Amino acid sequence: MKVPEQRACAASFEELARPLFDQLYNFARWLTQNTPEAEDLVQETYTKALRGFSSFQEGSNFRAWIYRILRNSFLSSRTGLKTMIRLDGEADETLLPAESTTPESALIERAARETVQQALTDLPVPFREILLLCEVEEMSYQDIAETLAIPMGTVMSRLFRARKALRNLLLKNASGGQHGV
Amino acid sequence: MACEQWRGRLDAYLDGELGVTEDHALGAHLRGCPACAGELLERVQLKRSVKAAGRRYAASAELRSRVAKSIAASPRRESGWFWRILALPALSLLILSIAVNVYTGREGARRQRVYSELADLHVAAVASATPVDVVSTDRHTVKPWFQGKIPFSFNLPELRDTEFTLLGGRVTYLGQTPGAHLMYQLRKHEISVFIFQDRGEATASPSSGPVHALSFNLENWTQHGLRFFVVGDVAAEDIQALSKHLRDAG
Repeated sequence: MKVPEQRACAASFEELARPLFDQLYNFARWLTQNTPEAEDLVQETYTKALRGFSSFQEGSNFRAWIYRILRNSFLSSRTGLKTMIRLDGEADETLLPAESTTPESALIERAARETVQQALTDLPVPFREILLLCEVEEMSYQDIAETLAIPMGTVMSRLFRARKALRNLLLKNASGGQHGV
Repeated sequence: MACEQWRGRLDAYLDGELGVTEDHALGAHLRGCPACAGELLERVQLKRSVKAAGRRYAASAELRSRVAKSIAASPRRESGWFWRILALPALSLLILSIAVNVYTGREGARRQRVYSELADLHVAAVASATPVDVVSTDRHTVKPWFQGKIPFSFNLPELRDTEFTLLGGRVTYLGQTPGAHLMYQLRKHEISVFIFQDRGEATASPSSGPVHALSFNLENWTQHGLRFFVVGDVAAEDIQALSKHLRDAG
């Protein structure tokens, strides 16, 4: 009876994994900032996920699971080891409102897509990845927590800091470097 | 609650992460507080900007193929992971068989033949390393390229302020009838637009509106003696939106 079970698993894997290919590649490319590495990372992710699919528990969150595989693979890569920095004290971060002014709002509104892309590129990887998971992948805080293996409170505080850092970068770029990050 | 405290909850509000009670309370506050509403608007704009900017990279055909092969080695090969690249012949048969079940009678059979052919053309173009012969996002470059290659002219819409991007075009044939095959991109999806002279038999398609065949949506109509077909695996609303732009340009 083992073979039919494997087949059922493979079929389900295919159904679950197929729609995520483009998103996973986009995420991998953002993480690695390098096309060949992103391609290797996606390939490795699918290989690992398929191999480990029998241990994936039905009813669990497949998307968070496969994103986590991709991210863990990235973290263990040479680039990942170099770029992933520790964010000190974020668990204790108080959720304060970001400062906002009318000029800031106008500047952000005018920020071209390329400017935002450059700002995302310039962000530290932990900020970049959480913004991508939240804004582009539209993951819930719970899914982000599962993907990044961090508590919900850290998701919220890191998101807050990431958005603040992004705003500051956009402001800095838009005003010719008058503001620091 | 003071504005200062509400503002600390704005991100969670936008992310849909507040409980029902708090969500309603903040909604009520925003309706009566222009300052917080302004702050919310700024955050909405930032969210949108990041969402648009974050969808940046598309995988190469080589990677798709490589991953597809690794998946194809799994026990359920027949389920066709990335079938549109790897299993074109099987896809054609599948479309044909499903379409035959959906459409009956002579008229229906003719329609399904047309749809199957269009679906094949679309899939073949998407899978091709060179999906278009004229590569340009500029309609003023793409349209003149067809001059002398097909026996008619057509107008293309300005899509600068939309989510659609023109990728280019190529000459195609449907029932020995030459026509224009234009490729558009919406997010990561390719959409094919086929334009032929409306000669009845060859490009016959009695009804207009979305047609669902496998994961494709299709819209078709006749305008100024030309028959338009819009085919893609995006949502029906997206196909209809692009169709409207094309109709308006005509």
